[in-house]
Amino acid sequence: MTSNAAIPDEDGPLYVSAKKVYPQSVKGRFRRIKWALLAFCLGIYYFLPFVRWDRGPALPDQAVMVDFERRRFYFFFIELWPQEVYYLTGLLILAAIVLFLMNAIAGRIWCGYLCPQTVWTDLFFAVERLIEGDRRDRIKLDSQGWSASKIGLKAAKHFVWLMIAWWTGGAWVLYFSDAPTLVKDLATFQAPFSAYLWIGILTATTYVFAGHMREQVCLYMCPWPRIQAALTDSDALNVTYKFDRGEPRASVKQAAQLKAAGQPAGDCVECKQCIAVCPTGIDIREGTQLGCIQCGLCIDACDDVMGKLGRPTGLIGYDTLKAVEARACSTTPPALRLVRPRTILYAAIIAFVGGAMLYQLATRAFLGMSVVHERTPLFTTLKDGSIRNAYTLRIANKRSEERPVAITLDAPMGTTWEVVGAQQTADWRPIVVIPPDSTLDVRLFVTMPQPQAKGPSQMIQIKAADLSFGENATVKDNFFAP
Amino acid sequence: MTNPNHTAHEPDFDAVTGQSTTGHSWDGIRELNTPLPRWWLWTFYVTILWSIGYWLVYPAWPLISSHTTGLFGYSSRAAVAVEVQALEQRRDQQAAGLKTASLEEIKASPDMLRVALARGKASFAENCVGCHGQGGTGAPSYPNLTDDDWIWGGALKDIEATIQHGIRWTQNADTRMGEMLAFGRQGMLKKDEIEQVVDFVRSLAKLDTAKGANLAAGKTLYDANCASCHGEAGKGNREVGAPDLTDAIWLYGSSREAMIESVHNGRAGIMPAWASRLDPVTIKALTVYVHSLGGGQ
Ligand code: SF4
Ligand code: SF4
Repeated sequence: MTSNAAIPDEDGPLYVSAKKVYPQSVKGRFRRIKWALLAFCLGIYYFLPFVRWDRGPALPDQAVMVDFERRRFYFFFIELWPQEVYYLTGLLILAAIVLFLMNAIAGRIWCGYLCPQTVWTDLFFAVERLIEGDRRDRIKLDSQGWSASKIGLKAAKHFVWLMIAWWTGGAWVLYFSDAPTLVKDLATFQAPFSAYLWIGILTATTYVFAGHMREQVCLYMCPWPRIQAALTDSDALNVTYKFDRGEPRASVKQAAQLKAAGQPAGDCVECKQCIAVCPTGIDIREGTQLGCIQCGLCIDACDDVMGKLGRPTGLIGYDTLKAVEARACSTTPPALRLVRPRTILYAAIIAFVGGAMLYQLATRAFLGMSVVHERTPLFTTLKDGSIRNAYTLRIANKRSEERPVAITLDAPMGTTWEVVGAQQTADWRPIVVIPPDSTLDVRLFVTMPQPQAKGPSQMIQIKAADLSFGENATVKDNFFAP
Repeated sequence: MTNPNHTAHEPDFDAVTGQSTTGHSWDGIRELNTPLPRWWLWTFYVTILWSIGYWLVYPAWPLISSHTTGLFGYSSRAAVAVEVQALEQRRDQQAAGLKTASLEEIKASPDMLRVALARGKASFAENCVGCHGQGGTGAPSYPNLTDDDWIWGGALKDIEATIQHGIRWTQNADTRMGEMLAFGRQGMLKKDEIEQVVDFVRSLAKLDTAKGANLAAGKTLYDANCASCHGEAGKGNREVGAPDLTDAIWLYGSSREAMIESVHNGRAGIMPAWASRLDPVTIKALTVYVHSLGGGQ
């Protein structure tokens, strides 16, 4: 038998099971900001699908909608086609760099105030507090055995949670179809199965993430805390415990004694209110850490304590590492440096990408054309020896009106052309009518007499001229000959 | 058998991992007894239960000559048949307009034209490309359908009639008939006469002729033997399927040898009649498709 040697302390269990966090309610500046942002963000999320935007009779009148069936994305006055998803790439780049910039200026603003995980968890905490009571009551309730009243409270909480989660899923699917119609269809069980399925999936994720996993998502699942740890620097504002002022910690009584004895005493009274209110259950006094989502609630909690004690607030507050360290060494803290190489770089990237997207959006064409040369046959010899090439033109009309488009050619003299199914106009230009908001494939035959039809190939230019809006689209392709 | 490196001890608890050990130790290294995660085990049990439901609902167990059919008699073959039927129904609905519309009406209506072209393209790929090639480009002896040279006519109704009744397809009473005689083989023209007539025809098409060819003699022979079908000027006659001999398009090749071969052995290409194989709507769609390949008249 081997001896069961004592295991050194630092070699403790590798697995720590999650400890349930019971955040206490708190009032104050940051709590108010958080309530306002919560109402604003959720208001947008739940009600935006019902906002209408008139686009004429042919198109849906929902302000924001992803229309998979017709393959369009609508955002107020913007309508994007599938080939324009690169805007999404632009948005993603912008989103990333804006996050970087926020981080360089004031830490995890996103995590603390705006992230859906934070916002919904905050809402679920509010429900929990309303039904089960504040921190102490909840701890007590959980330690009790099951009783009718406990079952009632728990059932009520989970019911409300599930309702919120269900509404969250319901709002999600409304972004993919006409909202009022879909609501009616959902209620009468006429909606497509996929709608119910997605509501189910999002109900489950909301309920599990915001109700049960909470800070676990931030601590174990989310990559952003890791990334932001690499992005922050000592000039960035972060929720900080100002240890230079708080240490050494002492209760009010101890502090008085210490001071009387001529010894230093910090402002932190070790009341642990900052820990009690923290939604991730950490101790900010251990320094900036991965578990801190920088929600600012510990600032409110500590300010409250300091206020009651008649000490200046801001023992915990937004501060930079540089300033704290400078004060700890009793030197004057440097001024806040918002303009630094990294903030300039981020701002420049944001301006560049945003500007490029705006420019592209403002100048984008509403008439588009692409061409595919017929491969079988590459060319056809006609009776009189002239050569004909066939092309397929794909003409896109991005307006909500039907548009007649004339097809003309830039090619050697004597070249004639013809479009299958087109009406001819007096000046010999074939006209095709493109239905509103769609693309049309038409076949174009170009015939070149001898000797203009020189092999093996020459460049020709095909032009589509919109007769109602005066827009043009041109494409180039080869004309092949033997 | 004992392993000198192996010792056994009482299973005990390992503080680092929070798991118990198996009671085996190798070179002093104890073996953990890490159980399967419970969620995993439960998922596994649920899949077992699920499979029982599967056996009941779906065809599952092989029997001697058949198999269990499941409670609802589901079969994927039947499901496919239902889908195919639904597709055909939808196609018929789309093509409903084509049934009654004339070929000209179909060409003039953008909507009907779109349906006809799509359907014609599909049917062409299934039935016609074997001879006429992808895109109707043809091959030697198989006419190119994208050019403007039509042996039997390139108007919509001509193309439709050709598709319906075929060419020299004797099973069909209305098939197109016409014959290029084997002038050489049947002894109507001698070898040098064939060369003379070929040279004359080449001069009609502005192709090069043999050095010192007797074109006048060729013309006399042409007038006597060929003009009745191909016309005095060589412009051909669609009634009998006699091709135009003055243009740049040669179904059997424009070389002197190929033309001598044509006159010596005759030519009689065959195209099947499709009326008995394809429904009228499909033939209409094919007609419109072929007509719009470029050569339609
Ligand atoms: S709330 Fe303020 S005073 Fe209380 S323990 Fe936290 S830092 Fe110290
Ligand atoms: S430490 Fe403070 S700022 Fe950080 S998550 Fe906790 S309460 Fe929010």
